[in-house]
Amino acid sequence: MNKYVRYLRWDTGLGILLVAVLLAGAGSTEGFAETTNLSAALNDTAEIALIALPMTLLVVAGQVDLSVASMLGLSSALAGALWDAGWAFELIVPVCLLVGVLGGLLNGWLVTRVGLPSLAVTIGTLTLYRGLASVVLGNKAVADFPDTYAQWASYTETVPGTFVPYPIALFAVLAVVAAVVLHCTGFGRSMFAIGAQEQAAWFAGVRVKRIKLVLFAVTGLMASFAGIVYTLRYGSARADNGLGLELVVIASVLLGGVDFNGGKGTLGGAVAGVLLIGVLNNLLTLNDVSNEIQVIVTGALLIVSVLTPRVIAVLGERRQRRTAAP
Amino acid sequence: MRPHTRTRFRTRFRTRTVAATAVVCALSVALAGCSGTTKDDAKDDAANAKEDAQNAKADPDAPLKKGLKLAFLPKQINNPYEKIVDEAGIKAAEEYDGEAKEVGPSDAKASSQVSYINTLVQQRQDAILIAANDPNAVCGPLKQAMKQDIKVVAYDSDTSKDCRQLFINQASSEDIGRSLVQHTAEQLGHKGQIAILSATQNATNQNAWIEFMKDELKKPAYKDMKLVKTAYGDDDDQKSFQETQGLLKAYPKLKAIISPTTVGIAAAARYIGGSSYKGKVVLNGLGTPNQMRKYVKNGTVEQFSLWDPEKLGYLASYAAAALASGQITGKEGERFKAGELGERTVGKDGEVILGPPTVFDKKNIDDFDF
Repeated sequence: MNKYVRYLRWDTGLGILLVAVLLAGAGSTEGFAETTNLSAALNDTAEIALIALPMTLLVVAGQVDLSVASMLGLSSALAGALWDAGWAFELIVPVCLLVGVLGGLLNGWLVTRVGLPSLAVTIGTLTLYRGLASVVLGNKAVADFPDTYAQWASYTETVPGTFVPYPIALFAVLAVVAAVVLHCTGFGRSMFAIGAQEQAAWFAGVRVKRIKLVLFAVTGLMASFAGIVYTLRYGSARADNGLGLELVVIASVLLGGVDFNGGKGTLGGAVAGVLLIGVLNNLLTLNDVSNEIQVIVTGALLIVSVLTPRVIAVLGERRQRRTAAP
Repeated sequence: MRPHTRTRFRTRFRTRTVAATAVVCALSVALAGCSGTTKDDAKDDAANAKEDAQNAKADPDAPLKKGLKLAFLPKQINNPYEKIVDEAGIKAAEEYDGEAKEVGPSDAKASSQVSYINTLVQQRQDAILIAANDPNAVCGPLKQAMKQDIKVVAYDSDTSKDCRQLFINQASSEDIGRSLVQHTAEQLGHKGQIAILSATQNATNQNAWIEFMKDELKKPAYKDMKLVKTAYGDDDDQKSFQETQGLLKAYPKLKAIISPTTVGIAAAARYIGGSSYKGKVVLNGLGTPNQMRKYVKNGTVEQFSLWDPEKLGYLASYAAAALASGQITGKEGERFKAGELGERTVGKDGEVILGPPTVFDKKNIDDFDF
């Protein structure tokens, strides 16, 4: 028994829970296991999932970026304004991505050069980027984006032969890349080192500042990309797009067992966290469970996810003490 | 001893940044060069992709089907006004042996409605009735619903025209907009600064009314009245309250606020009623009698308007049933029977109008309970 408990980590447990919810949903709810529903449910998490990838790396490195949803809004507003001005969509995308990188670099610069904590910096840029979004597009809503691209982002268009919509397929590829970077490279190990003990990492020769800067830039890039996906998916560019999304992203990452204090976590766990919240919301909506209850369920899951590792650790310490006693 | 020097970091970083920027720029220029997609191309696309769902034939003599499944999707689930509309629609469904329910998000965000539409399609409802938070953001999934032969009826706040078969309009937008200005002007003696406190910036109904208000104000009779600002309370009680406070602070000469939203007018009445502006600033707009009763009785508000939301839900429910039973398809001139409201005709662009708004004041407010 003890042997198995040792292998049951939080993230594998979460994976098992995800499968259990999927099976329970398929058994209990008509229409849940259908491919169109799974496509729609998956696609509803697209932006959260995409941003959760760099966010996982950031949190592992002991940082956080609260400005991601505002960057999503800024990217969406910019895309809308440029589209309205008659720009080609193929040109709008790189411009938005560039703005995302610049926004991320600003966050990173303030953290690494000015030496401010990332929480404080990104609370500031959260307001700044959302404000810029309102300046760029004002109160307007821009629609009528090209059908070909809108189709790409919609859940009805899937990778041939599967029920996976394109934004999620892209997410899957990027998740593998992020997992390899985090768990199989020196760069990834450096993130764990920074998150666990920044000073020690620095003395050990880890380029702390550069790594942080790169992580913030990548996060900005993904947030602006998510802004384009969001705009296409809803066919509506607005300055208030994705309002409050940063909390869902961080909640999913924490639910995935990534330690908010840094230094601990797996990418697989974070992905399971994102998918679990998405699948649960879909399942509850299909069963006509009200929105308020959905929020409570997600909140409860989050609290459990923060508490459980703590409880396990305390129990483990006790057992050790008992066995160590003469 | 530093493990790595700053200069090395800088130069390496710079070269890489420059290289990366160059690549991005080259890529974007290349992409833009080879036939980009612009707004004008997209318009053609949209025109070509028009739904042919309306090509179906209507059978005016078809009986209402039994056991129809209808779902009301309001802008926001805890909005008291929408609750009244939806509950009346749900009750109406009992009359024709249908089964109706209300589902929806707890915030009035455009994107929140989308996942609900998707699940309603999955639940194979016969009709979806929606009060849209954004006419475009809900369009894709609604078209998807219509493709699967689910009827779509917009009520209260319209979607884009090609994303629904019918729009149940409370009263004509023109009637509402103009009459609100006319009533307010009478209260003011046609003189003074006025402001509008609206809901969200993209609410279709609000914006249509505001356009007619502005148009009415252009007439010579209102030459001494000036619209100084349109504020947005986002149908959020707290925000509407603060916006009212802000308006009165920013424009000391403000004489009237028109709030064409039930959340907005109630919040504004709460602020004005508890301040020194009570009795000095006119508040008019659209509200429900139960919400506004105490402000009418204590003299904060003299009058306000609304249609009967119960009748709106009732009409929407019957219209959806008529669509789902094949009596109508949403074309202009088609007629259907809406229970005790009698026969209604589908107007231009699939619009069905409930009737002119009712004015509530001290004299008649106790006759209503909603």
